[in-house]
Order: sequence, then C-alpha cells, then structure tokens
Amino acid sequence: MTTETVTPNRSPLTPERESFWHLVHSEWTKFRTVRGWVIAVLVTIVAITAFVFAAIGVGRSCVGPGGPSACPAQPTGPGGEPVQDAFYFAHQPVTGNGTITVQVTSLTGQVAVPQAGSESDGPPVGPGMPPWSKAGIIIKQNTSQGSAYGAMMVTGSHGVRMQWDYVNDTPGLAGGVSASAPRWLRLVRDGATITGYDSADGTHWTPVGTAVLPELTSTVQVGLFVAAPGEGNSTTATGVFRHIWLSWPAAGWKGTNVGGVGQNFVSVPGTLRQSVGTLTMTGSGDISPAVGSTYSGGGQSLQRALAGTFFGLIPLIVVAAMFITAEYRRGLIRVSLTAAPRRGRLLAAKAVVIGAVGFVAGLVAAILALAVGTPLLRRAGGLQWPVPLLTEARMVVGTAALLALAAVLALAIGTIVRRSAPAVAIVIVVILVPYLLAFNPVPGSQGSGNGAGPAWPLQITPAAALSVQQAVPRFYQLNDSYSLQNGYYPLGPWVGLAVECAWAAAALTLAYYVLRRRDA
Amino acid sequence: MSLTARVAPPRYLPGQALHAEWTKFRTVAGPAWLLAGVVTLTVAIGAAAASAAQCQSATCGIDPATVSFTGIYPAQAVAAVAGVLAIGNEYSTGMIKLSLTAMPRRLTWFFAKATVLTAPALTASALAVAGAALAGRLILPGHGFTRAHGYASLTAATDFRAAAGTVLYLTLIALLSLGLAAAIRDSAAAIGLVLGVLYLFPLAAAVISNPTLARHLNQIGPLPAGLDAQATIGVHSLPLTPWQGLGVVALWTAGALLLGALVLIIRDV
Repeated sequence: MTTETVTPNRSPLTPERESFWHLVHSEWTKFRTVRGWVIAVLVTIVAITAFVFAAIGVGRSCVGPGGPSACPAQPTGPGGEPVQDAFYFAHQPVTGNGTITVQVTSLTGQVAVPQAGSESDGPPVGPGMPPWSKAGIIIKQNTSQGSAYGAMMVTGSHGVRMQWDYVNDTPGLAGGVSASAPRWLRLVRDGATITGYDSADGTHWTPVGTAVLPELTSTVQVGLFVAAPGEGNSTTATGVFRHIWLSWPAAGWKGTNVGGVGQNFVSVPGTLRQSVGTLTMTGSGDISPAVGSTYSGGGQSLQRALAGTFFGLIPLIVVAAMFITAEYRRGLIRVSLTAAPRRGRLLAAKAVVIGAVGFVAGLVAAILALAVGTPLLRRAGGLQWPVPLLTEARMVVGTAALLALAAVLALAIGTIVRRSAPAVAIVIVVILVPYLLAFNPVPGSQGSGNGAGPAWPLQITPAAALSVQQAVPRFYQLNDSYSLQNGYYPLGPWVGLAVECAWAAAALTLAYYVLRRRDA
Repeated sequence: MSLTARVAPPRYLPGQALHAEWTKFRTVAGPAWLLAGVVTLTVAIGAAAASAAQCQSATCGIDPATVSFTGIYPAQAVAAVAGVLAIGNEYSTGMIKLSLTAMPRRLTWFFAKATVLTAPALTASALAVAGAALAGRLILPGHGFTRAHGYASLTAATDFRAAAGTVLYLTLIALLSLGLAAAIRDSAAAIGLVLGVLYLFPLAAAVISNPTLARHLNQIGPLPAGLDAQATIGVHSLPLTPWQGLGVVALWTAGALLLGALVLIIRDV
C-alpha cells in the first residue's frame, strides 16, 4: 500500500496578479476610495495656493530704524535685476573701438572702527579693507546707475577680477597689489565685445574674460574707478594708477560720483588727485548685484509664492502616515499581506502610490502658486529678482519632489511605529521645526532682532529640501548676509533635496526591515 | 417573595472617575514613554543648543533662557501626542463605549481624563525644564554667558518666570491637544491639527511680507505667544508680555477643552 502524498491546494498566481503594477493599482484603489484622504490632498493643493495671498503683501515695505518705512529706489541692471551701482568714476567719453591700459600700484582702504562712546566727531575710521574693495578700469555705457559695463580691477583680497553687467565675475591673477608687485590691467573694446587682460609686468598679457554687451552704443564712457562696499558709511578705498594709456584721443578726466552722494552707503564724495604720471582716487560704494541686505525691495522674491508649502505638508503627512497606520488599526494589514505575501513589494507599491500622489499634488500646487504669485508680486510693485524659466521649473518640480519625499517618509515612519499620532508628529516635527529653529522668529531672542538662528537644522534634517525653492542666486563677488530672512538656504537646491531623499530612503529601508521581521 | 434584586443606584463621584482614569493611565506603557520623551528631548536639545551658543560681547543679545529651552520646540509635539492619545486611544480601540457606559456623565469623565493628564504632564514638564535649566546653567557660563556680559545668575526672578512659564506652557499644550482630540476623535487628524496650530503661526509670521500682520500672528499663535513667557532679556520688545503670552495659550487651551466637551456631549459616540 502506498501512502498518498497530499499536496496542499494552491491556486496558481495569474501573471496579472504576479505583476507589481497590479499591486500598485490595488493600493491606488485603496487610496482613492477613502473620501477623507482625497479631500486632504485637495486641502494640500488649496492651502499652498491660497497662502500666496497672505505671503505676498500689497505694496513694498522696508523696515527702517523706526519701523516700516518707504523703500529707497534701487537701480536695475541690463538683465532687469536689482543692482548696486555707486562708485567714484574718473571718465571721459570715447567713440568707437579702442583700448585702455593702466598699471595699479596700490589699493588701500579705510573702514569704520567700532569704538564705544565717541560719536561726536563722526564715526572713527582706521586702516582696513573690505575683501571686495575695487580699483581698476571700466568701459561703461554712461554714468547713470544700472547701465551696461565691463571692468578689470584689483580687489581687496580676491586678486584681479574681470566683472561685467553686475552679475558676472571671472578671476585673473591672484594675490594682492603693491608697488613691488603692481598689476597691469587692459580692456579692449571691439563693437559689443569687451575683452579684459591682465599682466604682472606690462609685457606678457593674459586674457581674463570676454563680455558681450549688446547695449553699448558707439560712444561710451571709459575710465578709472574705485569702490568699497561697506555699511559703515565711512568705508573708502584708495587706488593709485600709473602708466594710463588710451588708444582713443585723450580729453582729460572728469570725476563723478555715480549714484550720487548721501545714499547707497556713500556719504563722502570721492576724490581725484593727479600728479605727474600718477593718478590717485578715493571712493566708496559698490558695483554688484543687489541681493540680501543690499536689496532694498523688502525681500519680495518669487519663492514667497511657495511659502504655503508648510501648510500643504501637514494634511499630506497625515494622509501618508494613515495610508499604512489605518491598515494596522483596522486589521486590514493582514488581508493586504495575505493578498500580497511579499511584504517588500507591498511597501514599495504603497510608496509608489503615496509618492505619486504627493508629487502630483505638489506639482499642481506649485504651478498654481507661481501662476497666482507672479502677477501678485508684480502688482505689489517694487523690484524683484528676475527668475529664469529654468529656475522656475526647478522650484516647481523641486516642490513636487519635496512633497513626494515627505509623503514617502511619513509612510515609512508610519510602517515603523504602526500608530498614527506618533508617526504624524515625528514627520511634522522633522520637517517644520528645523525651519523654525533656523529662522528663530521669536523677537528679542537670539541675535537681537535679526533673528538668525543656527544653520545646521536646514543642513541635516529633511527640511533641507526647502532649498529647492530658493529663487535668488548667491553671488561669490558680493559679501552679504545670505540668511534665511533674505531667502537663502544653507545648502544648494539639489543637495538639500538629496538630504531629504536620504532620510526617506533610510526610513523606507528600516520600514522594509521591520515589516519583514515583525508579525503583522 | 419578591424576586426583584435590589441594585444600589450608581454613584458617579468625581473621585471615582479620577481613580478609574488614573488606573487606565498608569497601566499602559505609552503615556509614561511619551512623558519620558518630553523630558529627554527638552534636556538633550537644550544642552546641545547651549553647547552651540556663543556670547562674545556684552551686546550679543542672546537670551540664555531661550537657548536652554530650545528643546521645547520638538518636545511640545511629544506632549501633544500624549494629549491626543489620551482621548484618541479611547476612540480608536472602541474603549470609549465602555468608558461612557461605566460613567454616563460625560463631562465628569472628560474632566477626570483632563485632570489625570494634567498631573503627570505638569510633573514631566517640571522635570524637563529643571533639567534643561540645569544643563544651561552648567554649560552657558563657559560660552560667554557671564556676569561680565550682563547675565545675572539663573536664580533671578525673570529666570524663575521663564522656567515656570515653560512648565505651564508644556502642560497647557498637552491639555489643548486633549481638547482638540475630543473634538476631532481621530488621532492622526487631531495631531495634524494640533501641530498645525502650534507651528504654522510662527512659520506664517516668518514667511509673510507684512511686518504688522506677522506681529499679530506672533501674538495670537499659541507657540510664539507662549514662548514670550521664556524671555529674560529684551522683554519690552516682545509682541506680548510674558504673562499675557501665557494667557493666550490658556485661552487656546480653554477653547479647545470647551470644544471637546461640547462635541462629547452633543454627538453620539
């Protein structure tokens, strides 16, 4: 007699049920058929879009010493961007193509020295130099602020630079300038093209950069300039020029304080002293993009339109965490795991669904917010930093990715802790609290009113991803407070998003591990 | 001979309700862990913030109490979870039906619940604040927070106010969460709402362009108003005085408890 082997009856998996996308489809069905969750996602979109109206104030307001005050006028550069354009300019008009060459033998400076209790005879000054003090040669459309220019200069501590049209900067020879180590600078104009050269000996010339300035007309102002950025109102730079040579017919130098005296941090008129073979100039101000504290527009930039992200995140996080914790609470997880015994695939399908929901919600919300915010900002008046289309696309896609990753993080944390309230609280805290700590909005606390908190909360937490919303670039050639208050995040846009991505990936890995090891 | 059993009429003494709720509270592990979390987070983050703070001169303008109590930012979320779960767990497990059968006077039950949460929350907050203040006192003088830079000892009246204010703040937040959870009945949605109420006011004030509106948001939001009670320097420049700020939080908590009580009375379980 033979023993009959009993094989358990197992219905074969159809290829369709075997497929991952089938699982995604079933998870999507679970999601969309819960009315409360769909409403919460709609609330996410509406909250982000609606907050634009609160975030963008009507009319600019600048905070002066005595509270809100009118914003001072700010010139704009050829690209429409707000700029600082105040310096001392020794110039003469020239027509057509040509060359200017000069030797700079010295650049020195005076800065305000902090001193207690001696305000009677003006602010005390002493020797010192801002790193971006400038002295050099410039070819500029005219002497009005914001006009196109190309310049070669020696700087306080950044060597020789070529700069043009406020935002462009290229390094030349490194090292400081002195009588024993002079710097030779040359600018060549050929139509709309200006090429800068530098040399240590006046014989061997190296091209530094080429600027194309389509705005230049036939007649331009060419000459020497000095500038010294600084808020002290008493920061000045003095440059000594020798061997000045122009290929154009010389007409004598005329000194002009571009931008006027008494504003733009320029309180003292510049001076021009000529002796045999030497020209000494003293001046203050700066030629640079105007961002951060130097931008007087009240800090309204396009990223303000996305400020509602915080509001949108909360309902999304609640829904994403519940997407798994509700299964535990109702015991549905056992049904889900019976139907899809490969637990990793179930978690992956849930992550795909909730990530896609977050991404689409973020995409729609960000597009709507920018569409609403752009005309609102324009109506609010004042200057805004022009945001290129590519940056706008990065802000939109980045916001969508930020929301998607936050949703995946909430799902993963929900899988790990299996309870709604702690999961929601953890994710909200790690995304919202770092911004608060970095911003430190409580007046009168740290940093006496400017409220700058530490940078690390926005470097190591998932909140780092908010940097994808930064609209205004940083400029190497401008020392300024690139603070959160001025719209600057400590990390670059994609690096910040990568930090959040790493958190979501780590949480998802841990979730996968515990989901496989634990009983449901 | 009558077969009718004589059943003593039920008595709903508040003391019995309190005792029952206290038994529920102490026999599950969750609340104890959460309150331990409040203490740990407050002390650990306070100590970390104190270690990172530097005061170089007499004009650095950094408030030592605010630095020491930085841990309040995340710790209040843990207190909020404790408050939400006190009610939320009753609903998610169906326990609420049993509780209200045993104690049909819903308000008595509700205030027993709130009272039972208050005492441990107050204790945990006091421990947390004492630990954070101690850590700050040990660490901060080594980072320039000295008498020479204008920082008197931590026993000054303002420091006591900051500590007491922070203890009351944490407790009020736990009660606020309990009230909102009773109104919402779902733990996930309730914690989302509570943390939204806490964090979104200061975040909105940080990102909007209108300084007047931002100041008002800092006055009406429970978090920024409550943290005004922490200030020991620059108090005159705050949107609210410290006790006014705590009053705003108390109003929020009273409102939330009232709402929770109303929903509990009006709606079916």
